[in-house]
Amino acid sequence: MKNIVSREEIIEMSGTDPAKCMKCGKCSASCPAYDEMEYPPHRFVYMIDQGNIGPLLECVGIYRCLSCYACVDRCPRGVEPAKLIEAVRVIAERKKEGNRIKAGELFEKADADMPSQAFSAAFRKYTK
Amino acid sequence: MEFCYFPGCTLKNKAKDLDRCARLCAEILGVKLTELPEWQCCGGVYVSTSDDVAVKLASVRALIAAEERGLPLLTVCSACHNVLKRTEHDLRTNAEFAAKVKAYTGSEYKGTVKVVHYLEMLRDLIGYEKIRSAVKYPLDGMKIGCYYGCMLLRPGRVMRTDNPEDPVIMEELIKALGGEPVAFPERSECCGAYTYAESETLTEKRSERVVQSAKNCGAEALVTACPLCKYNAGKYGDLPVLYFTELTAKAFGV
Repeated sequence: MKNIVSREEIIEMSGTDPAKCMKCGKCSASCPAYDEMEYPPHRFVYMIDQGNIGPLLECVGIYRCLSCYACVDRCPRGVEPAKLIEAVRVIAERKKEGNRIKAGELFEKADADMPSQAFSAAFRKYTK
Repeated sequence: MEFCYFPGCTLKNKAKDLDRCARLCAEILGVKLTELPEWQCCGGVYVSTSDDVAVKLASVRALIAAEERGLPLLTVCSACHNVLKRTEHDLRTNAEFAAKVKAYTGSEYKGTVKVVHYLEMLRDLIGYEKIRSAVKYPLDGMKIGCYYGCMLLRPGRVMRTDNPEDPVIMEELIKALGGEPVAFPERSECCGAYTYAESETLTEKRSERVVQSAKNCGAEALVTACPLCKYNAGKYGDLPVLYFTELTAKAFGV
């Protein structure tokens, strides 16, 4: 999948412009999933702006973003990193064979008290 | 006062108390909640990519149904509220999206529906004074951490439920019910959400941190509007976690 996705494609899918980033790092400081991402939000934005998208399509961080929008609300430049991460995740899912997680696995890994909201959201985030 | 009511999937099974208490309290306050005759799951989470139209159609259909009835659309679940409000915003502000939706559904959304969270209804349409006067059993100074999580507040420019950096909508309710709200640093941070199948540690670390920070600040219980926040914080923390409608029903004596 390396380098077959352009910076422009990500910008169109996400509706946000990584070039506006001034590298203040507030997105990464706010990110609740920071410890579990190879490329935390500020670096993710920079890599897209540089067109270095191959590693992002392969990383686990795109599945760990919680879509909590802390980075979006706190960005002083209106870059909206969560939307860039979502665009890369959606493109990565569409390009690969199969899904990140099989629907059956979502149920196997759940416990009896888990709300259906968790399945619906996980299904949406981890399948095409 | 009447609303079209969108309960959402979780309120029909694991979060029945959130739904039941919402209905009971509405009755006390003279609010009529008319459940939409047909509704589908909102999807649990909003997808922000520009070409994802199909995933938002369930929300679109709910909005069109409410518009046909000429009523605002009320939700109690944070996730449903987030998805419905953002989809409504998309329909009004993104002509390309609106045109695709029209082609899919054959119906046009005119842009007249107000999506209202139950907490917004209590604040803006009922008022805390009326709530205070409906209280039969005040919460007696119970120290409560209001746990907003992420979806009720963000993105702030679209949601406009409250100030995302300094929300007070739940604290004001708790005060009206006779409780004592306790501020804590993680009150508007994410619980780890839906990542249980992806990471074994993320929800655990996040929820532990949320609950611990509330305890450090003196909270004896957490209150939330989100079934997933309740589940994660309850599983990985050691404070009681209640829905805001449960506490309201308790104070109203219903």
